[in-house]
Amino acid sequence: MTEPVVQIRDLRFARGNRLIFDGVNLDIHAGCVTAIMGPSGTGKTTLLKLIGGQLRPLSGSIRVNGEEVPSLGRHDLYRMRKQLGMLFQSGALLTDINVFENVAYPIREHTRLPEALVRDLVLMKLEAVGLRGAAGLMPSELSGGMARRVALARAIALDPMMVLYDEPFTGQDPISMGVLVKLIRELNDALYMTSVVVSHDVAETSAIADYAYLLSNGKVVDHGEPAALRESESRWSQQFLKALPDGPVAFHYPAAPFYDDLMQGG
Amino acid sequence: MLDAIQQLGRATLDFFERLGRGHLFLMQVLVSVPATLLRPRLVLRQMHSVGVLTLLIIVVSGLFVGMVMGLQGYNTLVDFGAEDSLGVLVALSLVRELGPVVTALLFAGRAGSALSAEIGLMKATEQLSGMEMMAVDPVRRVIAPRFLSAFLSMPLLAAIFSAIGVYGGWFIGVSLLGVDDGAFWSQMQDKVDLHGDVYNGVIKSVVFGFVVGWIALFEGYDAVPTAEGVSRATTQTVVHSALAVLGLDFVLTALMFGD
Repeated sequence: MTEPVVQIRDLRFARGNRLIFDGVNLDIHAGCVTAIMGPSGTGKTTLLKLIGGQLRPLSGSIRVNGEEVPSLGRHDLYRMRKQLGMLFQSGALLTDINVFENVAYPIREHTRLPEALVRDLVLMKLEAVGLRGAAGLMPSELSGGMARRVALARAIALDPMMVLYDEPFTGQDPISMGVLVKLIRELNDALYMTSVVVSHDVAETSAIADYAYLLSNGKVVDHGEPAALRESESRWSQQFLKALPDGPVAFHYPAAPFYDDLMQGG
Repeated sequence: MLDAIQQLGRATLDFFERLGRGHLFLMQVLVSVPATLLRPRLVLRQMHSVGVLTLLIIVVSGLFVGMVMGLQGYNTLVDFGAEDSLGVLVALSLVRELGPVVTALLFAGRAGSALSAEIGLMKATEQLSGMEMMAVDPVRRVIAPRFLSAFLSMPLLAAIFSAIGVYGGWFIGVSLLGVDDGAFWSQMQDKVDLHGDVYNGVIKSVVFGFVVGWIALFEGYDAVPTAEGVSRATTQTVVHSALAVLGLDFVLTALMFGD
């Protein structure tokens, strides 16, 4: 396997008194699609924000391309982010400008290319996600799936070395989901990128991932190639990957014994 | 009792923490202003939504405030046979006080609340986070142009408010109640001082624009990114701006005209 582009060691992060990560270790390798899966609320999105330097950990190391992200100054952080693309769960398109301008936005902000070249680049990116014909539409006129594809075109506008996908399949109809699954894999391979997909959609994510990490209770509970994970002996992995309603993640929220609760009412 | 003291302590700490965040935010904005001046199109676009779209309420309010001043002023002055001084009364009231203050209150209600809601919603829909991840500083790109436009729009709007108000007073006093046209304008010209009155009014409106812009943008930027959080930020913008404008007006008036 290639050198890790992202290397996380002993990561600890808390929100208030709640410890979100407690000693997370993981590697993301160049050219691979790496999935980070886990139930809702395990901090998957938080992990992406830590990689992108939007949050700072309590302790531990997060290295992106050999640079220690938490210790980067503002200028260096912005320089590093120019090499990253991020697809937000909501798309995060700027609502006051149209699709074309949204995709052109990072190009205009970071380059001084002539307008004709900007136009060609934007149309190429939109063509790649199948939405060249929607260039003139406003974000409010797009369906959820289309908005996410526009956001994807924007995320790859500057040809980043790595794209971070935050729950790309959530709330998508089967066709949109299929399109996104195909796009993530094909763009990763065609543009020689590295992709990190945070998701709890097991089937779709496993279908395109080269490697997967399963997160729960602030730790990596299992990791490996998706096929190997399906055969894992870990009860937690089996429950998550096979969507079993009860197991190590209990069906019931912790509570006093049911009998005691009923008797309290008299 | 102990709980009450604890809560009071926590509320005090929260207040000062927020005040600190607000000042750090202002520093960030002020540092970003020179870079924003290099992109005047961003500022002009915001001046349209912050300033031009506030014009209607300013013009209508200015007209009615001027008309009321004309009517009330005439009824008082006529008892002393001093109705020819109506122009001075209307102009001084508007230029020194009502122009900057009422414009700032209307500006906070119309443009300030809109700014807070816009920024709060941009935060809630991850647009600001998206910019950060695209290595674009949202304070420089989004906040600073809006701050500058609020700062520049307020004195212009206050000037328009006062001018329209004077015409409202003239309409009631001269056209309807029979005050002498020449006396109305000549006494105004004689008694209203450019430095002492007009400039001080402009200074007030510049300060109010600065404060209302700061409060509105900070409330939006610091909003909890939920529907309730944005709604609260919008309300707080109007309440805090109104209190700040009225409080500052007293301080400025005492400094300018207190001797």
